[in-house]
Amino acid sequence: MDLSAINPVLFVAGFLVAATPLIFAAIGELVVEKSGTLNLGVEGMMITGAICGFATAVETGSPILGFAAAALGGALLSLLFAFLTQITLANQVASGLALTLFGLGLSALLGQSYVGIKPPRLNDINFGPLADIPVIGPILLTHDIILYLGIALVAATWAVLKFTRAGLILRAVGESHDAAHALGYKVVRIRTLAIMFGGACAGIGGAYISLIRVPQWTEGMTAGVGWIALALVVFASWKPWRLLLGAYLFGGITQLQLNLQGAGVAIPVEYLAMSPYLITIIVLVILSRDKSAAPACLGRTFHASS
Amino acid sequence: MTLTKLLTGAAMALGLATTAMAEDKTKVGFVYVGPIGDGGWTHEHDKGRLAVEAEFGDKVETVYVESVAEGPDSERVMTQMALDGADLIFTTSFGYMDPTINVAKKFPNVKFEHATGYKQAENVATYSARFYEGRAIQGHIAGSMTESNIIGYIGSYPIPEVIRGINSAFIHARKVNPDVQFKIVWAYTWFDPAKEADAAKVLIEQGADVVLQHTDSTAPQAAAQEAGNVITFGQASDMAQYGPKPRVSSIIDDWAPYYIARTKAVMDGTWTTGNTWDGIGAGMVGIGEISDAVPAEVKAEALALKASLADGSYHAFTGPLNKQDGTPFLAEGDTADDGTLAGMNFYVEGIEGDIPQ
Repeated sequence: MDLSAINPVLFVAGFLVAATPLIFAAIGELVVEKSGTLNLGVEGMMITGAICGFATAVETGSPILGFAAAALGGALLSLLFAFLTQITLANQVASGLALTLFGLGLSALLGQSYVGIKPPRLNDINFGPLADIPVIGPILLTHDIILYLGIALVAATWAVLKFTRAGLILRAVGESHDAAHALGYKVVRIRTLAIMFGGACAGIGGAYISLIRVPQWTEGMTAGVGWIALALVVFASWKPWRLLLGAYLFGGITQLQLNLQGAGVAIPVEYLAMSPYLITIIVLVILSRDKSAAPACLGRTFHASS
Repeated sequence: MTLTKLLTGAAMALGLATTAMAEDKTKVGFVYVGPIGDGGWTHEHDKGRLAVEAEFGDKVETVYVESVAEGPDSERVMTQMALDGADLIFTTSFGYMDPTINVAKKFPNVKFEHATGYKQAENVATYSARFYEGRAIQGHIAGSMTESNIIGYIGSYPIPEVIRGINSAFIHARKVNPDVQFKIVWAYTWFDPAKEADAAKVLIEQGADVVLQHTDSTAPQAAAQEAGNVITFGQASDMAQYGPKPRVSSIIDDWAPYYIARTKAVMDGTWTTGNTWDGIGAGMVGIGEISDAVPAEVKAEALALKASLADGSYHAFTGPLNKQDGTPFLAEGDTADDGTLAGMNFYVEGIEGDIPQ
């Protein structure tokens, strides 16, 4: 065993990066679910965002344009889900699963000519002399703008949901769409916007994997992150800060267990491999003892006639 | 129980009926563990499938299902293929072993071929390639080129196939460089690019300047490229797009001749069960071009090693070798027999850490 082989600075910086795709996908889904819609298509929107972002970044040479395209791609795909569930009133679970399958297939098709290409690098933000502060500098101040955007997005989502009129309306639609409708709010329109927001976030999360974390395009490369994001929303009891905590726990322990394995720590690898899932669930379950419940209308179909 | 029997009977009858109907065209099914665009393992199996189509034209019909999870889900996929009239089904990952045996029992007239496993039946043959021969060459190059003397190894699952590869690479790395150490990280997945890249990054951060992978995607190559002064080897597929550096060579699986031969056997009615295990000599394991990033003399040695493995004059597991705990494994000049290799569940002396059980 040689714990000195683990560089704590690189380790923390590494898990901030590893958690970012999860944060984007989960915060988007949180808003969608707060509006009372269950979109199981996160994985499909992520992988679509991954290829849209990758292709655009390669073609234009600009990673930022890539992320914009990823958001657009994810949002466009989510419109399909919005159409199925809000206009044609299709079953949300089935539509979401279909969206995932469709997204995986579509991305494989779009990505055929992008295998084995190296994308342009998104430079880290230059904090000048601040980045030279020992420990804190290399951990917190050597990242790309998208990573900070993810944290800002969590804060903004929390503030909007808690303090603003828009957040109140969104929550009202999610808690009782009939009451919201009676008050004159456009339930379908609000939900569609929420779904598009979720799609855009998932798309950015996917592009973060293909442009920064790996960086390359491979079919099916999100490999289940979308499902973890879905689970994270539930275990975080639909609360943004808990979601951030959960994502960092999950990302952190995933990185930690790889580091411990590399350092040859004498804990059986099976336990290390399952620890991210186990610890994240345990911590979030303990935190959610206050019985915060799901939005009351989650997954229920709404039609103005009902 | 009667219901189950009835259903099985009905399923079998249906299977037989469709098989009979499709007799003019031989239907070959493939079950893949990853997507065909993974750039590695599954990609090469799919090239084999396409070669079968090219060889027999409209006399065959091939079907495949990709990204099939190992375990119960694969049983469902195989059953569906058999019901749809497949005459021959290739199941291309270790974890499909028991599902293949189970499904094969229900469809005695369908032939099954399971890759990298060790359980056979009347209608289940197994096949694999001697990847460890390629690992010997990788170990030689890695041991010669490492400057930090730390070689990172991304393992998928602790199964004999992977452990064999680790041992073979380690033995040959130590041969040229007695100071070399292996750092082994188990990813517990065959295909998860983000996780594979993370594992590669962690190994590099911990000082490895060579990363060997036994997972299916090209993500570790991308991570190594990003990190700079690190070398890697293509796994299962050439991964030439990452050459000349980080990828300095590769193990290429060539399944096409085998798939063509076995399909032909089913067409001619000469198919019998068996166990095929071919290496560099038979062409099932190819060694991708050794790039210019490798010093000329190391390249020459590696090619000589390849030649001796190919003509059988040298075996990758040749004594004297001890097991990790110091007990003798092979005496001077002895070589490991196939039974030992197939069930290999121990590290050789010098590797640190335990194999997860």
